[in-house]
Amino acid sequence: MDTITNGDLISTAGICKTYQQPDHAGRLVLDHIDFTLKEGEIVAILGKSGSGKSTFLRVVAGLTPPTEGTVTYRGQPVYEPAQGIAMVFQSFALFPWLTVLGNVELGLEALGVPREERRQRAIAAIDLIGLDGFESAYPKELSGGMRQRVGFARALVVNPDVLLLDEPFSALDVLTGETLRGDIEDLWVERRIPTKGIIFVSHNIDEAVAMSDRIIVFGSDPGCIRSEIQVPLARPRDWSTPAFRRIVDEVYTLLTTVPGRETTRRGSRVDQLSMQYRLPDASIQQLVGLLDALTIEPFNGRADLPHLADNENLATDDLMVLIEALQLLGFAQVGGGDIEVTPVGRTFVDADLLRRKQLFAESMMRNIAFIAHIRRILDERPGHSAPEGRFLGELEDHLSEEEAQRVLETVINWGRYAELFAYDYDRGVLSLENP
Amino acid sequence: MQQRWGLPIVAWPSRLRPSLWDGLAIPLVFGAIMLIAWANKQMSVPYQPGVALPISLDPSYLPEYGVRTVLRMIAALGASLVFSLSYAAVAAKSKRAEKVLIPILDMLQSVPILGFLSITVTGFIALFPGSLLGYECAAIFAIFTSQAWNMTFSLYQSFSAVPHDLREAARMYHLSPWQSFWRLEVPFATPQLIWNMMMSVSGGWFFVVASEAISVSNNQVLLPGIGSYISLAIDHRDLSAVLYAILTMLVLILIYDQLLFRPLLAWAQRFRFEEIGQDEIEPPWFMVMMQRARIVRLFSFTIHALGDFLSKAAKRVPRRARRPARAPRNTIVADVIWNVAVVGFAVAALIEIGLFIHDEVGLREVGHVMLLGLATLARVIVLIALAALLWVPIGVWIGLRPRLARHVQPVIQFLAAFPANLFFPIFVSAIVIYKLNPEIWLSPLMILGTQWYILFNVIAGTMALPYDYQLVAGNLGIRNWLWWKRLILPGIFPAFVTGAVTASGGSWNASIVAEVAKWGDTTLQATGIGAYIAQMTEQGDFPRIALGITVLSLYVLLFNRLLWRRLYQLAEERLRLD
Repeated sequence: MDTITNGDLISTAGICKTYQQPDHAGRLVLDHIDFTLKEGEIVAILGKSGSGKSTFLRVVAGLTPPTEGTVTYRGQPVYEPAQGIAMVFQSFALFPWLTVLGNVELGLEALGVPREERRQRAIAAIDLIGLDGFESAYPKELSGGMRQRVGFARALVVNPDVLLLDEPFSALDVLTGETLRGDIEDLWVERRIPTKGIIFVSHNIDEAVAMSDRIIVFGSDPGCIRSEIQVPLARPRDWSTPAFRRIVDEVYTLLTTVPGRETTRRGSRVDQLSMQYRLPDASIQQLVGLLDALTIEPFNGRADLPHLADNENLATDDLMVLIEALQLLGFAQVGGGDIEVTPVGRTFVDADLLRRKQLFAESMMRNIAFIAHIRRILDERPGHSAPEGRFLGELEDHLSEEEAQRVLETVINWGRYAELFAYDYDRGVLSLENP
Repeated sequence: MQQRWGLPIVAWPSRLRPSLWDGLAIPLVFGAIMLIAWANKQMSVPYQPGVALPISLDPSYLPEYGVRTVLRMIAALGASLVFSLSYAAVAAKSKRAEKVLIPILDMLQSVPILGFLSITVTGFIALFPGSLLGYECAAIFAIFTSQAWNMTFSLYQSFSAVPHDLREAARMYHLSPWQSFWRLEVPFATPQLIWNMMMSVSGGWFFVVASEAISVSNNQVLLPGIGSYISLAIDHRDLSAVLYAILTMLVLILIYDQLLFRPLLAWAQRFRFEEIGQDEIEPPWFMVMMQRARIVRLFSFTIHALGDFLSKAAKRVPRRARRPARAPRNTIVADVIWNVAVVGFAVAALIEIGLFIHDEVGLREVGHVMLLGLATLARVIVLIALAALLWVPIGVWIGLRPRLARHVQPVIQFLAAFPANLFFPIFVSAIVIYKLNPEIWLSPLMILGTQWYILFNVIAGTMALPYDYQLVAGNLGIRNWLWWKRLILPGIFPAFVTGAVTASGGSWNASIVAEVAKWGDTTLQATGIGAYIAQMTEQGDFPRIALGITVLSLYVLLFNRLLWRRLYQLAEERLRLD
């Protein structure tokens, strides 16, 4: 079967993806991605939300056609979901009206496998994934972890060559996710599944380092391959070894630095972020809470990121959002897997409630072009008010409708907190009025 | 490994061995088959226009009439199902078709159902000359129109709302479009469809009764059924016959409620997408029977085997990867052509209508009908307001007592299903006897059947209010008017709007039968567009029927757009609980 190939399962060349939006110019989400999955390899794709990593996985799966470039699977171009490639979804995507057995059989049924054989293979897959006894259960009777096991059984039953995993553990709690991940890894290591290669999208750094042979880090806006890290650790991997921690630190650093700001020092940051910058949707309460926690024991202003995540009980992706926001505002900076509170950040922590709001406002006006822009327009307008639609439109020139909505919500939230402007939900109007 | 699962397969003969429930199920199944055969024969008997079909007021005929009425209903439901599945599928699949199909559906929804009867009956008669089938079809079509639009909308909405990840999973696991339609889209749409279907059937009883007595140009045809029976009873001023008819209907709806409505709703639960909630429906006895009786299992076994055979027959040839068509320019050109064609067609239709109205009826008549529409509009508004005043407090009172509400809800569903027009003769005879003003006293008939939707929704809305809110209100000492203003009224507003929309739509529809009423040879008439349409139908004046229906539809459409849709949006945006 694999005599015809040179060991490359999947390869992509110059993949670009542009989403055409009504009334707007096309929005580039993937920018020239060249990628290869070799036989016997697990590759993790990491990146913050909006880096197009899920879109990339869908392009590889043949679910979304690329605007430019080609995907090949064992040398054959992929234009639609190919046999031999199976996918596991973040949301499980089980059919709620089919039993576990029905869900697992579905793919075989579509391929026209006879009933007897299909049942046999489905039951074998169910046993393999540790779901014996649940064959006749409906998905809604199962816990999240069990459901994702069904998702895996459904993928494995078709004996896929390539397994695409789209954040398969991120909808599960940490313990459940870790157990399932371990089980999948065992199946892979012990070669109990015929799968030859796995592409694995994640935003959990520990998970990615534990699971993969290679990590691809995606950059955002537009999505592109920013760097690649080899994980030459023997399995099973011990999370506490220095080698493991070093790789984790390295990935943390890569993911948490805002591009173009790696070396900024206070004072040199004269250029504001560009207008279309995708603000992270960090909540004010969490931002302030994290900053407070950073300045006191045991961190005293400087923390190792994985350590901080552990200590504050935050999932890596949540932490990443907060850290990005702190960096944007100039309250903290990141380097070498560590985060450090800046003098501005310290002043903020020491201030009282009113002063904090002022500092926050100043910081936003200085660092975030879009917010400064809103404030300027509101100042200039005769009635000191403007409909939100206008700003939404500006965001939509660069972001998807959904993302634009999310960014505007964050902007309004932050702006309200800092009392830079007021927002009337019923009328959808931003203004300088004091409510 | 196969042992465990081999069990049900190997043991199928014992699974199919008769159980006690079969004692019930077997006669029901075979009875149904015989009934369909009999009805088929009855419906296609030869018939010459002008000859009155023998309808008897003898109550012993009522079971037969009842069955005929029910079969009409079932035929219409089947047709609606086929229609809505295909229409919604096309609208959901093709962007171009969607642009045309959905507004058309929206319009059709606003056309009064009884209007369809007046317009289409001649066409159907021409289709089956010399046979009763034409009339039957016209009646069935009228019932169909009371169900199909609603169901189609529900399906279309569900099809468009199928979760993206499930669609991707279906594609990823190579389901063909046909397979994913039946395995994914239809199951996903099922719970909403069943609910809508059952609601439509409930509403349909009203129209089945109204559509059995068909007037074609001064010529009334009575199709054997409960509606004809009651219309004959009205002619004979026979109040006891009216009561018999009501009683029969009561039994029929009870059977429908027990055998169809509740089992189907309970069955549809398993297609629900959400997690298991606390409002799981207790399995009704009929469903238990269907699940336990072996004969039913034998049927499902046969169907499975058949499906298996088909899927084997359709075993796919391994497909070669094919290059998707990449021709955006062609699509744009086609889009432009399509849009131009649609707009052109609409303009042509508009001119046609204008000419028709100008030639056939004249502008003065149009103005007159517009005014009549205003009169009916006033009635609808006043009635909804009155019904709200009456039912909101009662609904809230019931809704605050969940145990009571659970017992009351099925009763209200039942009341909503009961065709209110069966009660009309009782009211009308009272108006005649006490010499009441028909302009005022005929009006309540319009809302007689649809007011229950207001009550039903208010109860549901009150029950959905989190108990915490009441605790907070109690804690803060909020009472009396403040309690209504700040807690209850905003809380139930979305539910109330839903109920009121349904009630007002139903009232417009009912105006055609409610604004004119007969009792023997006395005819009572109220001023309004419904009376106008009824009158013109009796005279067989088609241009004026068309005019009346167009104007009425226009009113309904405007009323919905200007009032209800806005209230709906308000409710959606501001007062939704979540």
